[in-house]
Amino acid sequence: MHELSIAQSIMTTVFQEMKRRNITCVKSIGVKIGTLSGVMPEALQFSYEAITRDTPLSDTALIIEHVPLLAECNLCGKQFKVENIAFFCPACHSVDVTLLQGEELDITYLEIEDADLNDR
Amino acid sequence: MTEIIELEKKVLSENDRLASAIRNQLKAHHITALNFVSSPGSGKTSLLEKTLGALKDQLRIALIAGDVQTENDANRLIRAGGEMVKPMVTHDACHLEANMISGILPEFDLDKIDLLFIENVGNLVCPSSYDLGENMKVVLISTTEGDDKPAKYPAMFRRASVMVINKTDLLGTSDFDMDRVKKNALGINPGLRIFETSCRTGDGLDEWYAWLKTIVTQN
Repeated sequence: MHELSIAQSIMTTVFQEMKRRNITCVKSIGVKIGTLSGVMPEALQFSYEAITRDTPLSDTALIIEHVPLLAECNLCGKQFKVENIAFFCPACHSVDVTLLQGEELDITYLEIEDADLNDR
Repeated sequence: MTEIIELEKKVLSENDRLASAIRNQLKAHHITALNFVSSPGSGKTSLLEKTLGALKDQLRIALIAGDVQTENDANRLIRAGGEMVKPMVTHDACHLEANMISGILPEFDLDKIDLLFIENVGNLVCPSSYDLGENMKVVLISTTEGDDKPAKYPAMFRRASVMVINKTDLLGTSDFDMDRVKKNALGINPGLRIFETSCRTGDGLDEWYAWLKTIVTQN
């Protein structure tokens, strides 16, 4: 259950950004979670709600976008969705493939009220 | 009305920053660091005990033994001949993080270390997300586990450079299929280097020791 410490890291980062940008209220936080990030979206959502209770983020939604595994074959150049976590090219069966996406564990955006912007 | 502020920031950027600092520090001292991960009971401590015993006169090995509650593993490793073994009790945390490693490194004399073993908490999920500044992750699996472990925990097998299949002396006593586990693991990570060992009989350990000596020399 390291989702709790992942949620903690998200909260810390958002607080830092709020302070730096002089934001008082965040409506939502966007995060990208790749299939291979090792993070379970449901557990992250649960942990986030638990630790932000009674904080300035208690009404802030966590919007999780799931990023599927996408790879490119280094031999024939085909881009493909990795099915069943098997990293080989469906066209030429080469295992020499580069992962293009699917390992993300990123905070992508903060959605804030315009009023907050005017105050700055 | 609302506005979107683009961030594009890694959630674990602070851990990654600390891990890079550790990596640079270890590199400056020519230390090779391996992060050992597995399910509980695969034999991480046994493999490290054997390795310390066998190589202690050839390599200067330091060890950080991560454990959820006790210092039992660290004590076993000290008894096995480890002269530079430090316990890292996580107090229920399911993984080690870079800040724990930066916190404990000052307790070692880095000029006197060739090889640093970091024994992570027994868990194949959480430790995969945290870079500790190691050169490589070594994932252990034992023949008493399901041979579909790589498929169940792909993030870990994808990020590991080495897989040790331990308890080969027990092959044949369960449905564990050696070919299937290798095929499974290589499907996720074709670059994986694989060792087959039995810490009980000593089978396969010489290859493992030889490889450790090679990576230390190359570093």
